[in-house]
Amino acid sequence: MTQKIRCAGFGGQGIVLMGKLLAQAGMMDDKHTTFFPQYGAAMRGGTANCSVIVSDDAIASPMVEEPDVVLVMNGPSLDRFEPTVQPGGWIFYNTSLIDREVERKDVNVFKVAANSIAEEVGNARTANMVMLGAFAKKLGTVNLETLLGSLDVQMHGKSGKIMDMNREAMKRGAALIK
Amino acid sequence: MSEKIPIGEKVLMKGNEAIGEAAVQACCDCYYGYPITPQNELTAYMSRRMIEEGRVFIQTESEIAAINMCYGSAAVGARSMTSSSSPGISLKQEGISYMASAQLPVFYVNVNRGGPGLGNISPAQSDYYQTTRGGGHGDYRVIAFAPSDVQELYDLTMLGFDLADKYRNPAMIQADGILGQMMEPLVLHEYKRPPDLPSKQPWRLGDPSTTDPLLVTSLVLNVTGMEERNLELQKKYDTITENETRFEEVGLDGADVVMVAYGTASRIAKSAMEVARAKGIKVGLFRPITIWPFPSARLNGLADRFDNFLVVEMSLGQMWEDVRLAVEGKAPVHVHGRTAGGIPQQADIVADLRKVLDAKPGEIVKNF
Repeated sequence: MTQKIRCAGFGGQGIVLMGKLLAQAGMMDDKHTTFFPQYGAAMRGGTANCSVIVSDDAIASPMVEEPDVVLVMNGPSLDRFEPTVQPGGWIFYNTSLIDREVERKDVNVFKVAANSIAEEVGNARTANMVMLGAFAKKLGTVNLETLLGSLDVQMHGKSGKIMDMNREAMKRGAALIK
Repeated sequence: MSEKIPIGEKVLMKGNEAIGEAAVQACCDCYYGYPITPQNELTAYMSRRMIEEGRVFIQTESEIAAINMCYGSAAVGARSMTSSSSPGISLKQEGISYMASAQLPVFYVNVNRGGPGLGNISPAQSDYYQTTRGGGHGDYRVIAFAPSDVQELYDLTMLGFDLADKYRNPAMIQADGILGQMMEPLVLHEYKRPPDLPSKQPWRLGDPSTTDPLLVTSLVLNVTGMEERNLELQKKYDTITENETRFEEVGLDGADVVMVAYGTASRIAKSAMEVARAKGIKVGLFRPITIWPFPSARLNGLADRFDNFLVVEMSLGQMWEDVRLAVEGKAPVHVHGRTAGGIPQQADIVADLRKVLDAKPGEIVKNF
């Protein structure tokens, strides 16, 4: 199994953190993994994206041209990355901020009201965690428990309250899958 | 990274930071740097870790200051390091040339970005000529490693410090923005100092009240003296070529085309190789791990056994020249080059592999 994932949204939504958590969890699940962020002149509100590969086999190229999965957090990112997904792949998208439907008929779609759920948890900034939780539970690319554990490494040093909120948001995302 | 470094364990780390930790583990005494994308995380990492270890970190006023501080600290025997990206490395060339002439060890890193000029911050390998021809003025070479993953960035940084000391010569890493920015699991091996590293005592500057006066200089005004120094350097470069040339070969058996690629380009070539093989194209990969010394002798030998070479690089035919020089006309050498943030695409490489196989005698496939 090799899965190529792209996370995309606007600067400040924690897109890079999503990718780091996926790669961290992939490693902790004893899989091969790579993470590559769009880098350079980034700003809050501008676009942000990163790509992650999780695989049972060694990974040659870390570049993701046509992802198997995109985790889309805002409208412009859906416009940009919807056409890139492999036929038969998955688009997870944030219906709280995107009010259109996915146009492609040859991909699977999973809708996540990430911001709304995050606000219920207590902070809209945890919308990225809601999305990750839903993705992990739905596709099983990384183990949900491992993903929760990866927070301790990648968000090391944050207060207990923030950690609890992020964990809760991730679990609420996972709970969307029955 | 947490404050406790888990030596011996597998961790997820950014390429730039892996270089930094390897340098810290390899007993780097002094790091001098000036910020530039896409290597900033390395300077930032060193600003924290070197201070934690009670060593020297200076964010200098310029790239030129950084390399000249390297000269000063190397002259007293300290393990010295600097890093930058393409335009910044150009600025350092005077100092690197001086250090090569004065036979001072230094380890430096060039995370290439798009050029020429200020260019852009996108990944590239277009400093290949500069890296492999010395870079500055004069007849000299620097030992140049071309890692292709984060583990190699770590391991070859340690080796780079050791070889710089062993040969009293600048050693460096040529990486690209992708390697610098990507994260990947690696094992943080413990540094083991090679037992055969020569003492710096005979040449390093010390306290003049307790040791004989010594001179470390790149200036030799008398003609015979300077030519002698050059000949001494050349002898050293021959030894380095003999002992330190490194490469990897993947799936060459029965190949109709041998791709030659290093760094990130080699990883993309490897992925393209898997796609091409599934389509019935017999292709292998030759990956230089040192780009100076270049594995010319080995490639020349391979040219007796294989019919076609395709160079894949993130520059426009720079390594292509070295492969052609190595092969000496025994086989056609084709090239697929992208530059300044243009990344070779797997499908394009596979298409060019097909063109190579369909090429008429004497025809060279070149995508630019």
